[in-house]
Amino acid sequence: MEYLINVAILACIYAVLALGLNLVVGFTGLLSVAQASFYGLGAYATAILLTRFGMNFFLALLIGVAIAAVFALLIGLVLSKFKDDYYALASLGFNVIVYTAFLNLQNITRGPLGIPGIARPTLFGFHFTGNLSFLILSLVAVAIAYLVAQFVARSSFGRALKAIREDEPALRVFGYRTLHFKLAVFVIGAALAALAGALFATYITFVDPSSFTINESIFLLAVIILGGLANLRGSILGAVSLIVLPEILRFVGFPTEVAAQMRQAIYGALLVILMLYRPQGLMGEYKL
Amino acid sequence: MKALETKQLIKSFGGVHAVDHLSISVEKGTITGIIGPNGSGKSTLVNTLTGMHPIDGGEVVMNGVTLRSVNAPDMPAYGVTRTFQDVRLFEQMTVLDNVLVVLTEGNVWGALFERHTALHLKKAQEALTTVGLWEKRGALAANLSYGQRKLLEVARAVAIGAELYFFDEPFAGMFPEMIKVVVRVMEDLRTKGKTIMLIEHNMELIRKLCDRIIVMDTGELLAEGAPDSVLARRDVIEAYLGE
Repeated sequence: MEYLINVAILACIYAVLALGLNLVVGFTGLLSVAQASFYGLGAYATAILLTRFGMNFFLALLIGVAIAAVFALLIGLVLSKFKDDYYALASLGFNVIVYTAFLNLQNITRGPLGIPGIARPTLFGFHFTGNLSFLILSLVAVAIAYLVAQFVARSSFGRALKAIREDEPALRVFGYRTLHFKLAVFVIGAALAALAGALFATYITFVDPSSFTINESIFLLAVIILGGLANLRGSILGAVSLIVLPEILRFVGFPTEVAAQMRQAIYGALLVILMLYRPQGLMGEYKL
Repeated sequence: MKALETKQLIKSFGGVHAVDHLSISVEKGTITGIIGPNGSGKSTLVNTLTGMHPIDGGEVVMNGVTLRSVNAPDMPAYGVTRTFQDVRLFEQMTVLDNVLVVLTEGNVWGALFERHTALHLKKAQEALTTVGLWEKRGALAANLSYGQRKLLEVARAVAIGAELYFFDEPFAGMFPEMIKVVVRVMEDLRTKGKTIMLIEHNMELIRKLCDRIIVMDTGELLAEGAPDSVLARRDVIEAYLGE
């Protein structure tokens, strides 16, 4: 049971990350490979504020979200100079920079040693120390992230995001200053990533740079593409699928010496097969 | 009264003047045809006047305001809208959303806290009904036929309710019934005092619709005036037929 709860908590954290990223990639068409950097900023900000300043989790969370949002605004401004493949490459570059900062700013992040002993959240005297209570907190976070993303997607703002994805220069002629929209959605996506980061830091009670690499950003892209671009429920389904699938493969019964490699190979093959036969993802209507 | 004026307007691409010191003026409440052989700079002129290409020289007077640079997002503020030569719809959006997106709030905060109002929906319905696409409102723009896609661009422009419309080859690829619809739309707009600049190769339609025509060749103004007299000019015929 404890094992299932652990898997469910991880699925929730990735669902929050995916919901934010889908607004940027699926709705707006900005191929960002930087989501793990905002995830890391949220995680590190929360970890530092909790361990060094003994701050309340929810206040630390808000500060972490604000820090990620400011970084997203600055990074988004630079990224606005790029399009398509170049946008992806430049965003990937930012992920490398942020990861390197986590690794080398040892006075702040403790570098590769990471930050241990992060306290679990507390709300009105209730401690989310048990995994079941943390799962409930994670589910609430997914619900909040979903409602935020749905609010954005269903508004005129969301319609404009899709139009930017389809033909940005044409939309500009109809009065849209599209840069403002792209920056705003990038900030919203980063804020949701920071929320997930705060959850992750307090769930694992430890953060180190290895959780926020480019691989993580690419994995998140796989989550939203698998679930379905521009489909919010697809983001949740994609996160659950990609977290649960490797766990299911643990029980297939491969010989111990090759089990890990076989799991990775089957996992990869299943993704390739899915993309071949359903390139729009499980619930998507749109493909890149 | 003038709806639009250009003074020595220049647009260059790599040293080639696609629009070459062009000075024209367009009266309010008229339909002005812009004709000329392929590559004469017609679409470049419209793209430059709507801020899609930066101006390299000269001035534009829109709604009485003199501009040395034109910013695309300012077009609605100047009462200007357009269609595109190569249809540019928001393909993976519904027909209705293609129209609603040009009607709803254009700034971030306003758009975030707005979905669409009954008035937006009414305007979209009117525009789509005018071109016969209301029944298709739930279809993706990408799934429309070429002619329907052209009609949707016209509906999108009409829905905005601008003062000056640029229609860039709106009749290309349309069935005769669709052409009648767009002709009626343009005539209605003129009746309401709106100004239209129409790029078109079909001289029958140019003669039927336009009060004046402007002939461009290699980015320059070749001729202007009433359709019958301009189209009878030998230099205009030569420019078109390459004789």
